[in-house]
Amino acid sequence: MKGESVLEVKNLRTSFFTDDGEVAAVDDIDFYINKGEILGVVGESGCGKSVTSLSIMGLVPSPPGKIVGGEILYKGEDLTKASEKRMRQIRGNDITMIFQEPMTSLNPLFTIGNQIMETIRLHNKWNKQQVKERAIEILQMVGLPRAEELLNEYPHQLSGGMRQRVMIAMAMVCNPQLLIADEPTTALDVTIQAQILKLMKKLNQDYQTAIMMITHDLGVVAEVCQRIVVMYAGKVVEEGDIATIYRNPKHPYTIGLIKSVPDMRKKVDRLYSIPGNVPKPGSIKDGCRFAARCEHAFDRCFRETPELYQTGEGQKVRCFLHEQQGGVSE
Amino acid sequence: MTKPILQVEHVKKYFPITGGILGKKIGDMKAVDGVSFHVNEGETLGIVGESGCGKSTTGRMLLRLIEPTEGTILFDNQDLRALPKKEMRKVRRNIQMIFQDPYASLNPRHTVEKILEEPLIVHGIGNAAERKKKVSDMLEVVGLTSYHARRYPHQFSGGQRQRIGIARALMTHPKLIIADEPVSALDVSIQSQVLNLLKDLQKEFQLTYIFIAHDLGVVRHISDRVGVMYKGRMVELAAAEKIYQNPLHPYTQQLLAAVPIPDPEYYQEGAEAAIQFGTLPSPYVIDDSWMNIDSERDDLVEVEPGHFVACRLK
Repeated sequence: MKGESVLEVKNLRTSFFTDDGEVAAVDDIDFYINKGEILGVVGESGCGKSVTSLSIMGLVPSPPGKIVGGEILYKGEDLTKASEKRMRQIRGNDITMIFQEPMTSLNPLFTIGNQIMETIRLHNKWNKQQVKERAIEILQMVGLPRAEELLNEYPHQLSGGMRQRVMIAMAMVCNPQLLIADEPTTALDVTIQAQILKLMKKLNQDYQTAIMMITHDLGVVAEVCQRIVVMYAGKVVEEGDIATIYRNPKHPYTIGLIKSVPDMRKKVDRLYSIPGNVPKPGSIKDGCRFAARCEHAFDRCFRETPELYQTGEGQKVRCFLHEQQGGVSE
Repeated sequence: MTKPILQVEHVKKYFPITGGILGKKIGDMKAVDGVSFHVNEGETLGIVGESGCGKSTTGRMLLRLIEPTEGTILFDNQDLRALPKKEMRKVRRNIQMIFQDPYASLNPRHTVEKILEEPLIVHGIGNAAERKKKVSDMLEVVGLTSYHARRYPHQFSGGQRQRIGIARALMTHPKLIIADEPVSALDVSIQSQVLNLLKDLQKEFQLTYIFIAHDLGVVRHISDRVGVMYKGRMVELAAAEKIYQNPLHPYTQQLLAAVPIPDPEYYQEGAEAAIQFGTLPSPYVIDDSWMNIDSERDDLVEVEPGHFVACRLK
């Protein structure tokens, strides 16, 4: 359900200009994130989910990348038109991001304290003592023991789970409105993943920070998210609240994706699998991006690109089958 | 039917920890510390565990890609550790491996044909024409076409590359295949294709699998029996159903509780409590005092037919 949104992405197009021409990694996508909600963005490699998050942060490597169209509205302000100076104010303060591999996103040459306090100093005019106190407070908040000693330690002295906690601490230190988490638990063991997800849910509840959770893991989405956006080959193919999407997925891709995941609770003889391969970004120009792998595809799917059709309360599907209400759902 | 093809007894691998200027040995890193299990002909044994538990080291020791420090490995009633290197090479015709990273495990300078032909040349199977025929047949078997034979690994997607890795493992018609995280680098929709392929091939070629993975859903799907490893030891070993429905070891219980279930309405009883909110003091020291077990000295004990647990509550 759309409420007061903290971020709205409208008709965003991000392209990479390569030797082979323009490749649209993100091709005309729309979505929004409400205040204080956790939105899951799901898709396979090359679907554009990471490029979307980099576009929001203004971190698309340029060249070759460029936002070629659309708007990213943060509280009404269009970030695609914001100056680099303004973006610096927003990054780390209003919108923050954590990445998949916590080791590569922490600088190995600086202490944990140094890196956390840098963020605080950049966005606040506090004295040394205040900065240090805040750093200790935030480390305790993310469940790290010996916070004071940790300030003087280096990233290599910590385990993967602890590093990801430090990353979350750095992201949360200025009480952001939106936290973008790009596969935050993919590199972690499952027991550590469970702890990190629990922590993120807790922070979301305690501080009303909206979270955009980018992942390929449908289990993670089911665990923490309230709404979900499914992406395929640079397009949003389905959107809706979590219960609806899992109980009643409508896009053939979403249906296939949910059916392909082996469920730990029951044993099936054969897994469902979507035929074909994940397309390379920009390789499909005309028609529905999923048509070549879709068992319901008909002529029109290969010629025209379907719109996102509203099919129910808060659910949207990009598929001709759902152009009118009452299309085939299975 | 239940003839063991492989028997592993008290296998250990200690890596030396060196220190000081002279690099003197100052201790042992017990990567695998006394693991025993057997694999029956035609079945799939899944081995699960988190990073650093020793599951990959165990897999590699079976082929002696890593030499075990201690223990016996019997394959087809042959003691692999007693074999000289040359004989061991011959045995590898019957035990093949599939690796996690299809990008790293295929030589980028060789065509697919050359990659698939190599095991045949090494083991002296067939003449050039026969080998070519075998390569194109095998490509068909794994869902590619002979048209792909002239191409190089970089021209394939991740899923296709893993199919090439599987084809290579099958070229010598092995009896046992050790698959180390074969699907974890693949996208969800591709992962299910590869899992189905592995199951089909098992039926077609009467293969025995040791399937090493960290994804508990995948392991349940493919395995007949499952062994859970923790800190270099096997802490529980039983039929897949038993492990998932009635886990007995505290570590297995915690591991299962931690897996996110792709169903928003599913509520796992006790799952919240099972997630330990504590933190690890350092990457090298694991605090498992909360499990209330003595992991240092427990051996597997059969608590019901076919269900082994290593747990002596403190």
